[in-house]
Parts: sequence; C-alpha cells; structure tokens
Amino acid sequence: MTDPLVIFDVALALAIVALAVAALSVRDLFAMIVLFVVFGLLSALAWVRLSAPDVALAEAAIGAGVTGALLLKTLHHLRYVSGTLGQQAAYGVTPLTPVPIGVTLANAIFCGLITLGLAVAYLGAPAAGPGFDALVAEAMPRSGVDHPVTGVLLNFRAYDTLMEVVVLLAAVVAVWQIERGVSDAPAPVLGEVWQGFARLALPATVVVGTYLLWVGAEAPGGAFQGGAVLAAVGLLLLLTRAYVPQPTHRGIARGAFVLGTGVFALVALLVASGGRVAFEYPLEHAKTLILLIEGMVTISIAVTLAALFHGREPVAQTKGGRDDT
Amino acid sequence: MLEIAAAAFIALGTLFFVAGTVGLLRFPDIFCRLHALTKADGLGLALIAVGVALLAGTAGAVFRIALVWFFVAVASATCGHLIARYARHGVRHD
Amino acid sequence: MTPDLIYGLCGVAVFGIGLVGALCAQDRLRRVLALKLCSVGAGFLLVVGAWRTPPATPDPVPHALVITGIVVMVSATAVALALIRRLQSLEADDER
Repeated sequence: MTDPLVIFDVALALAIVALAVAALSVRDLFAMIVLFVVFGLLSALAWVRLSAPDVALAEAAIGAGVTGALLLKTLHHLRYVSGTLGQQAAYGVTPLTPVPIGVTLANAIFCGLITLGLAVAYLGAPAAGPGFDALVAEAMPRSGVDHPVTGVLLNFRAYDTLMEVVVLLAAVVAVWQIERGVSDAPAPVLGEVWQGFARLALPATVVVGTYLLWVGAEAPGGAFQGGAVLAAVGLLLLLTRAYVPQPTHRGIARGAFVLGTGVFALVALLVASGGRVAFEYPLEHAKTLILLIEGMVTISIAVTLAALFHGREPVAQTKGGRDDT
Repeated sequence: MLEIAAAAFIALGTLFFVAGTVGLLRFPDIFCRLHALTKADGLGLALIAVGVALLAGTAGAVFRIALVWFFVAVASATCGHLIARYARHGVRHD
Repeated sequence: MTPDLIYGLCGVAVFGIGLVGALCAQDRLRRVLALKLCSVGAGFLLVVGAWRTPPATPDPVPHALVITGIVVMVSATAVALALIRRLQSLEADDER
C-alpha cells in the first residue's frame, strides 16, 4: 500500500485540480493562460501514467501548446483593442454585464450537484467494463499498421477521423468569415535573441514533426501530433515575420486546407468502387494508403492550425494590415 | 552500480529544482526570480538528463535525451530573456 | 488506491470546476477556458475507462476518441476566440 508511485499519483492529481482552480480564480488573464498551459502539460503527464502516450502527446501539442498560443494571441488582440496594453497585468479585459450574486450562487450549487452525481456514478460503475481490446487485437493483423491507436484512427474508425478533419476545415472557414473586416493588432517586436532562437528551433521542429508522423505506424505518434508540431513551424514563421501572409497566397492556403479531407474522401471512394466498404483497405496496400492519408492530413492540420492562429484572412484593402509600417 | 549513480544524479537534479522553486517563491522581484529559475532549473535538468541517460538502453535514446536537454536549455534561456525584456520595456511595436 | 481511481476522481473534479467556471465566470476568455477544462475532465474519464492493470495493454478505442476530442476542441476554441475578438472590436467601435 506504500507504493511510492501512489504518492506520486495523488500529488499529481491534487496539483492538476489545484491548477484548474487557480486558472479560474486568478485575476490576471495572462497568469490564467500560463496556469492553463501548465495544467495541460500536467494532464498529459497523468495520461502517460495511465499508459496513454498518444493522448498525452496530442494534449501536450494541441491541448496545451496550440490552444495556449491561440489564447495568448486573442488576449494580445483584446488588450490592444481595449487600450490596456500599457498596463502590467491584464485585469477584466472582456467583462460581462454583472449577474446577481444569487444567480451565480444557484449556478454554482447546480454544478456542484452535477459533479457530485458524476462522482457517485463513477464510483458505482463496474471496475472494468467490456472494452474493444479483444476486437482490436484480433483485427490488428488486417489493419496494415502495428500501432493499435493508429489502426483505430485510420482504419477501424476512419469515418470519425474524416469528420474530425472536416471539423478543422469548418473551423478555419468560420474564423475567416467571422474576422472579416476586423483590424489586426500590431505584432510585438520580440528582439534579436528571439530571432536567433527561432532560426535554431525551426529546422529542429520540422524534423520532430515529420518524425512523429513517420513513427505513428508502429509507436505513439501520428498525423495529429505531427501536424500540431509542424503547426508550431507556422507559428514561428508568423511570429518572426519570416513569412507574412499575402492576399495572393489565399489560393494555396485554401488548397492546403482541403488537401487532407480531399485525399481522405478520395481514398474512401476509390476503395468503395472496388466492391468493398469504404475504408476497407485491401491488405497489400493498407500501409501505403494509411501513410498517404496521414501525410496529407498532417499537411492540412499544420496549415489549418497555423491559419487559426493567424486568424484574419489576409485581405489587401484592409487598413492596418501586416505589411504597413 | 549504474543505477545508484543515476539515482544520485536525479536526486541532485531534483534538489536544484527545489532550490529554483524556493527562489521563485521567496525572491523579491522579477529579475531575482528569473535568475533563480533559469540557472537552478537549467543545472537541475542537466543533472536529471545525465541520470536518465545512464539508465537509457540504446545510443539513440541517449542522443534524444541530449537533444531534449539542449532545446529545453535554449528555450528556457530565450524565455528568460523575453520575460526580462518585457518587464523592463513593456510591449513594443514597430 | 489504483491510478484509475485517483485520476478518475481527478477528472470528475476538473470537469466540475470547469462547469462552475463556464457558468459563473465574469469574463469571456475565462468562460472559453473553463469549457476547455471540462473537455480535459471528460478526456480523463475516457482514458481511465481504457486503462487496464499494467501487464495488459489499454483499450485503444477510447484513446482514439480522446485524440479526436482534443482536435475538435481546438477547432471550437478557435471559433469561440474569433467571436470574442469580433465582439470586442464591435464594442470598441460603439464606444467611439
């Protein structure tokens, strides 16, 4: 009962809960985002403890990294628009109309009851229900890859993954529509040390992202983790202004957004035309097809996440664009 | 023998992390805190990396640990610089 | 005390904290972040459900579901943040 790992688990779980409380109660919004990123990284560590390294990689790269970057970018924009960039701390940048304290209290009690119900349901649930382990283990030799999670994502439940790529596409379409006409906050100057760091980190990030994609067939990794790391390349390029989005590049960007969905759907249709069910890849080509889909989906994810970070569609006539000085 | 040496390195590294955290909590202003964090944690991470590398089975794993150490060290130095720069000058635009 | 029990309760607690934040926070950015906390709590419960006592490998299907959930959540967060930026710009224009 005195397993040192149990002490570690309890300490980690308490730290995660404490960080969640701190992120929601700290007044400074910048501190809130930093606490949230730390929360995401510790959750990833907890998922490694629960032997889910794929999920941990995805959470660290997308849940903590890309989401954190999106939040920081939005905070910068909000502080610029509300004219509070000069202040040291970001207090109440987007206040809502105050709600009566009674309503807030009732909401909190309501949430507490839901959480209590969830906890009771969780403790009362059977310890290990019937899972899909046996089914997946049985079907793995026919999937074309060696790593179960990749097999599930790109073969057994490929419809889910196709829809997920479609959701990303819908998100970037929505963001471009919503942000039409919104002027951009000027990007802060980060200095020479940062430029040097970016020059050093850029090639390494490309290698790590490609490696994660490649290793996904037999070990933790894959299209989403690799795509998120490659999106970091886009973020570095945008932040160092080595790449400034031009209106004329919109066609290329649109092509990259739909590339993943297009190739994914095309493969499904081709497979289906051969008298099979869509995504029932012929075994001798399964690995090639999965790698092809993964590669194209990775490019789409990387470009889409970088575009979501940049936000506004690059339009020529908008005042306050990136290329005016 | 190797395991004892690795454990010693990792324990020593953890000690530096604790020292850095105490510095973060106890020092009066942002520059002292950065000083405590970046230096103590850099050394702590290096010691832990050496300890883990001793336990790693293959040369490839050792190489990857070395790469992780190198990039975390560079990134933490850059972050420290950016935080200090912001604390001195605030946000600057061109 | 096994990891699944500890992290399962941790996931329920994180979900509850996120729910309170999403309904009670006085700040738009904080509400979006609270919803993200909810999704991490739900992810915890799925990963805990997939966990098996160590020699056995965990169930890969919930893992794939959580990865899908993380990507969908980042898309939803990006759209919510774009809406917040737009709303703030409109309000700033109204005040001028």
